[in-house]
Amino acid sequence: MKFGISVHEGPYTHQASDSAYFFCKAALEAGHEIFRVFFYHDGVNNGTNYATPPQDDRHIMNRWSELAKEHDLDLVVCVAAAQRRGIVDEGEQQRNGKEGKNIADGFRISGLGQLIEAGIEADRTIVFGD
Amino acid sequence: MADVKKFLYVNRKAPYGTIYAWESLEVVLIGAAFDQDVALAFIDDGVYQLVKGQDTKEIGMKNFSPTYSALGDYDINKIYVEKESLEARGLTIDDLQHLVWEDEDDDWAEKDSIKIVTASEMAEIMDQSEVVLSF
Repeated sequence: MKFGISVHEGPYTHQASDSAYFFCKAALEAGHEIFRVFFYHDGVNNGTNYATPPQDDRHIMNRWSELAKEHDLDLVVCVAAAQRRGIVDEGEQQRNGKEGKNIADGFRISGLGQLIEAGIEADRTIVFGD
Repeated sequence: MADVKKFLYVNRKAPYGTIYAWESLEVVLIGAAFDQDVALAFIDDGVYQLVKGQDTKEIGMKNFSPTYSALGDYDINKIYVEKESLEARGLTIDDLQHLVWEDEDDDWAEKDSIKIVTASEMAEIMDQSEVVLSF
């Protein structure tokens, strides 16, 4: 089965991101394919590398990065949502004259079309949100 | 990408207070370029999104409600509003914007886009949809 995943809530405040992560991990371990994980609304905050959670807590952002590296996952942060919330890659940094960039390893910034494409290409699309 | 899938955007939240309604509409508008079979559902507080005469001046937010009337131009003409959600909030279809589309197969006749459906009909619509995006 080929899954498309959309994560609509930010890390820590809401469990949606944790649930999405555990779903992806379990699906991959069971031999399924994750076509793409799309991050929307506050979900884009899963893609920051500027967060420093307490050491005795899970590191949600790094967890996504590690899963992406291990399984060659496509983690896509919505550009419109990212611009509102300050998730910046090199291209956005240059275009908008920002001092730094904070996109975490394994994530890329792209358009909403990537979510629609995931819906078309995947056998099942699952939203993890509020 | 030749396949046409049945997309259903489910709108459950009030238009202001959170960003879900506005960012959902952004997905709908971008998604319209993909030539898919698109329908919108409004349930729970989501029915407030379509209420006419919205005025956001005092809360300093953009009033995006006029955008809904452009959906017909994007060939989005299946807009389902749940009857029970309207009734629970003391609303009727007369409180909602009059959304229309032009049917090119019927000499561009103007037709209503909004259809009021019961919760069980809505469940059937969701069941028959292939990609359900919930906001």
